[in-house]
Amino acid sequence: MSNKPSDKNSAKNSADKDIDEPTGVETTGHEWDGIKELNNPTPRWWLIVWMITIVWAIGYWVVYPAWPTINGHTKGIAGWTQYGKLEAEKAQIDARQGEWLTQFRQSDFATISANPEVYEFARAGGEVAFKENCAACHGAGGEGKVGYPNLNDDDWLYSGTVEGIHHTLKVGIRSGHPEAHITQMPAYGPMLKVEEIDDLATYVIDLAKGDKAVQTPAHIRGEALFAANCVTCHGEGGVGDRNLGAPRLNDAIWLYGGDREAVVQTITHSRAGVMPTWENRLSEDTLRQLAIYVHGLGGGE
Amino acid sequence: MTDIAVTSGGGSQPTQATAAGLPKPRYNDTLIKYFTIATLFWGIAGFLVGILIAAQMAFPQLNLEPYLTFGRLRPLHTSAVIFAFGGNALLGTSYHVVQRTCRTRLFSDKLGWFTFWGYQVFILIAGLGYVFGVTQGLEYAEPEWYADLWLTIVWVAYLINYLGTLWNRQEKHIYVANWFYLAFIVTIAILHIVNNMALPVSLTSVHSYSTWAGVQSAMIQWWYGHNAVAFFLTAGFLGMMYYFVPKQANRPIYSYRLSIIHFWSLIFIYMWAGPHHLIYTSLPDWAQTLGMTFSIMLWMPSWGGMINGMMSLSGAWHKLRDDPVLQFMIIALAFYGIATFEGPLLSIKAVNSLSHYTEWTVGHVHAGVLGWNGFITFGALYYLVPNLWKKKGMYSTKLISVHLWVATLGIVLYITSMWVAGIMQGLMWRAYNEMGFLTYSFVETVEAMKPYYIIRILGGVLYLTGALVMVYNVWKTIKSPQSESVDANAAKSEVA
Repeated sequence: MSNKPSDKNSAKNSADKDIDEPTGVETTGHEWDGIKELNNPTPRWWLIVWMITIVWAIGYWVVYPAWPTINGHTKGIAGWTQYGKLEAEKAQIDARQGEWLTQFRQSDFATISANPEVYEFARAGGEVAFKENCAACHGAGGEGKVGYPNLNDDDWLYSGTVEGIHHTLKVGIRSGHPEAHITQMPAYGPMLKVEEIDDLATYVIDLAKGDKAVQTPAHIRGEALFAANCVTCHGEGGVGDRNLGAPRLNDAIWLYGGDREAVVQTITHSRAGVMPTWENRLSEDTLRQLAIYVHGLGGGE
Repeated sequence: MTDIAVTSGGGSQPTQATAAGLPKPRYNDTLIKYFTIATLFWGIAGFLVGILIAAQMAFPQLNLEPYLTFGRLRPLHTSAVIFAFGGNALLGTSYHVVQRTCRTRLFSDKLGWFTFWGYQVFILIAGLGYVFGVTQGLEYAEPEWYADLWLTIVWVAYLINYLGTLWNRQEKHIYVANWFYLAFIVTIAILHIVNNMALPVSLTSVHSYSTWAGVQSAMIQWWYGHNAVAFFLTAGFLGMMYYFVPKQANRPIYSYRLSIIHFWSLIFIYMWAGPHHLIYTSLPDWAQTLGMTFSIMLWMPSWGGMINGMMSLSGAWHKLRDDPVLQFMIIALAFYGIATFEGPLLSIKAVNSLSHYTEWTVGHVHAGVLGWNGFITFGALYYLVPNLWKKKGMYSTKLISVHLWVATLGIVLYITSMWVAGIMQGLMWRAYNEMGFLTYSFVETVEAMKPYYIIRILGGVLYLTGALVMVYNVWKTIKSPQSESVDANAAKSEVA
């Protein structure tokens, strides 16, 4: 399609060489659907750069592990392996932790909190571990969400001491660990009438209001039901019992929501949140650092 | 379907053949028309899914369980753009090119139609599988055993048809475009069969067990995956380039010698580069070294194609100023050059330890597919449509320019945002503070990505917008009145 057919044929017949006019370069004489090929050599710079890459590759094979052999592979004169590199880099990081980590391991929680440098080290390690492992449920700042406790306040379900937090981290809650916190509230749906649960909910919601609560008939009926069914665990006036993991009810902090619907749901069906055991997933160093970090979030005792 | 195939000395058929007293060639153009439409259809579908999954990265609420989650749509996107859009472009153009450059009709029209419909059926059963959660879990080889078997049959039919056409050729030599297409067809067959070796759980089960396990499985997967890039997205599309660039520019190929050397070096060296996808993994050190060094040695052979394409404009650079179709092709070659420089760079262990698993890889791939594969395809289609439908030219040259610049802007937004995101991600992952603890948690690195993910969506939307402009332009072209005996030169001067 490129040239007029007659021109092309006559050019081919009249001379051995077919010269491309705009560039003055000879073609190979072939043509397909109007496409010809110039007989240019390969660009010199192209060949040179290519040869350099080949020489570089051969040099690399000499230095590094490269070619498979019958019983292994060429090791290279540098003695380099990726596992060696990994060990070297880990050693670098370990060296940074070095002095602090040694002191951290030798000290109990009380000693650590008395030593600002080691404490800061532990908190920094705990923060990283928290963001990687705990933030998905408890939030990046430990603020919690429905079903997952806020860790910034002093409303602890179990223990708010650093040792207690460390223990909870290790064993988890309903986690299957032999020492896990497993106490559980019964579901009152089968035991109480719907109206009774409603009255109970009124009383529990009023508990959170403290003095501002109004002594409505529902409140008074609920108080009696509370005394009969709940007080064993949640305590007189809903003060809670950390030995049993029974939440304090006389504050405005709700794990599953404080509106009537949520409270009725809780009383009727109970709740049983789960936290996994971290004992075999995180190292003891990390668990202790985490305990110190969580303890330091604001509610530690 | 034979009405168009019979030439009457006009259209895109080479008239010099008749002048030389040879029998009039009879090309099967109807089949190419079908492939052209299928390419556009799957292109739009694939770009749309791409935008959706890009949006899911920025706004996870858009994951609609269970069918429209990222995990299921990601292979739908990659398969739609690579195998459906790219595959139809390759099959269609290869059938066009092999007929023209061999001056003979397709070996078998029946096999041609079987490959067309068979390939569309493969795309459908593979895509439905993804949405319903049926996958082998092998990247770019997700379809399960039944789809793989079907594709094997279709592919063998394609190979037979291609070889038969070459066998029947009326030219003494085989044109370079056909070497590349043939390398693509043969190698894809081998890769497909080896990586998909599997035993079905039962004859009624859609699931299967892979033959390969452990690090061998990983190595075979990336031997496959990398050579899918090499032979599907590179060799095949270079075949396209070697025909459509000289045709559109109306210039000879720059260097026959370069085409021979870069062809053989490309297919020899590419085969070894797969392990660079597994640097710093359980793959033995020696295999990683070979993957990396062969990737470096691949740089110049890859660029051979770019040089040969671009330099073919020697003596005709002025054509580039006015012809947006040629601009598409040359920008495609530029992106090909960028991607094939970036590839060896990313394979270097020190660079890879930063870039691996980050968005940089995603940006790299898209520089290649959006810029190179997409643009060379658009260029080829803009050449083909007026030729196949016997029109004077495309309906609107302005709209071709609009497509070009909107899509180019889209690519630039896409790859620059992913470069920044990827390098930032890599640096955040490896940052340690002075106490020897990680500076950033994983979720913080995810949060940092959000603005770049949003820029990427914008890039994708622009790219799709360009493609929709093209669809409109093609549709108006097809609808325009048929011109009497247009030859391809006239068609091109209209475009220019």
